[in-house]
Amino acid sequence: MNGKSTFSQLLASVLVNAVYAMINYPIMIVNTLLAPLSILVVITFVSHGALVGVGIEGALIMTMVSGGIGLQGDLSHLKNDFKMQDMVVSSPTSSLTYVAGMALSELVFSLPVLVLLSVLAAVYLHPTLLQTGIIIAVMSLMFIFSIVLGFLLSTFTSDIVQSWGFSGIVSVLLSTIPPVYYLITYIPLPFRYIAYISPTTYAAEIIQNAMGFLQISSINLVADWIVVIAATICLMYLSYKKARWREP
Amino acid sequence: MEGLSCRNLSKTYGNNTKALRGISLSFKGNGILAIIGRNGAGKTTLVRILSTELMPSKGSAEINGMDVINDPGSVRNIIAIVPQESRAIQWLTPMQSVMSYLLYRGFGYNESRKKASDALKMLGLKSNADKLNRLLSGGTKRKVMVATVLASDAKVIFLDEPTTGLDPISRNDLWNLLNKLKRDYLIVLTTHYLEEAEKLADKIGVMEQGRLMAFGSMDELRKKVRHQYSIRINDPGADMPATKEGTLIKGLDGSKQILTTEKEAFGISQYLIKKGVKFSTNPVSLEDIFYYIVKKPINETSEGDEDEW
Repeated sequence: MNGKSTFSQLLASVLVNAVYAMINYPIMIVNTLLAPLSILVVITFVSHGALVGVGIEGALIMTMVSGGIGLQGDLSHLKNDFKMQDMVVSSPTSSLTYVAGMALSELVFSLPVLVLLSVLAAVYLHPTLLQTGIIIAVMSLMFIFSIVLGFLLSTFTSDIVQSWGFSGIVSVLLSTIPPVYYLITYIPLPFRYIAYISPTTYAAEIIQNAMGFLQISSINLVADWIVVIAATICLMYLSYKKARWREP
Repeated sequence: MEGLSCRNLSKTYGNNTKALRGISLSFKGNGILAIIGRNGAGKTTLVRILSTELMPSKGSAEINGMDVINDPGSVRNIIAIVPQESRAIQWLTPMQSVMSYLLYRGFGYNESRKKASDALKMLGLKSNADKLNRLLSGGTKRKVMVATVLASDAKVIFLDEPTTGLDPISRNDLWNLLNKLKRDYLIVLTTHYLEEAEKLADKIGVMEQGRLMAFGSMDELRKKVRHQYSIRINDPGADMPATKEGTLIKGLDGSKQILTTEKEAFGISQYLIKKGVKFSTNPVSLEDIFYYIVKKPINETSEGDEDEW
């Protein structure tokens, strides 16, 4: 399999799962914009504009997590309802290329909201080059984490209804309840520890610290990075073990 | 060797369901191999193993000399499948469906577009090429799936119940197309329609409870039942004539049937004419053979036997 073929195979997933869906159903673009922006607007209004920066950072993390978790529903839908995965298994496309293409399609699907949030970030946050680098690194890690989680969950789901159940719960647990759109200091102490169950809390802390919204010690910052990277690696390992391209 | 073969293929699922029990067969060159059988006979399991989707519990299989079990990567370059219950993706058009599948097969964008256009034209779908799949009839959606694999240049094509849901005219169109294609392709077809297998297939495998009960051309299958003629008695109240050489079977529609030799068929026909009983005499059809085979008590052949065809 040469590079040109791999590019075609990646493109196939991007077209099927993102581009054609957006072209044939433009309402999907509105849908991708709606969830992160609506929470951002609420946070901004409630805080009288004080948390607009934190809200933008939160919306960026939520977009990456939702995109990744969306993979679970899409893989499950294409596999169980259309048998597309069965057709792809019996083709020259490898499992890795298929999943990578699907992941890429989730990213392409999130592009409209990412572009909009990037403009808002440039206007309201004025990030330096280093801050931009940190934001991109954390967003990338969160995307990989949620993609792998989405893939792992898709192996457990047998139909789209079950899949919607999973993705709805996971999305809320990872990006709405944890202090992604606001600072962790807003959570009273006994409950604050519960927030640390979610890796997105650590990711948000890293960005909030980098942008100056939150001050944490160097040790805590290192710990945050370790947790985010370790959680991603652990999930990748689990997915590798669980992945079944050809059924046993 | 060009063609397909498998030896002692068995599959036991996790819940101890024995889906395949020692299937061995060989099909050389191009043409249509039809697998017929009742629901749960093991047709789809066999096709899924041969198309590298599913691992067998034991046994071996080769397609065009390539090892299906141990070298699936090579096999996948030359095969394509339309799985049972596969559907054209609703938010795509036929053109987008076929094109994206060709991209998965590694073709470039422009080449995929051209091949997709040709395949849609070949199946009479040109006028629907840019309509959303969800707006098409069930039969047309099924044709889109067939166009998808036909465009792929795969030399071995698996079609798992491809005509289910097609109206008689569409089904006939597809049969004509498959008849043309079988010169250049090896097509493995599973079907519930015995007429389909009879019309199209060069070889037919009859499956029942995970076993290959019979395998061969129509002529070879006719020999399998040892009888050449089928006498169908349409009068339910009529007395059945005695048969020394034949076998009495009952069709699913309740009709009585005698499968017998040419010589005895002549004698029985004369007897029925004298008695004024309504009947019809025909050469043994695949339907007759199928009923004859699957109605045999399954324990006539012990489990684990390797019937080689």
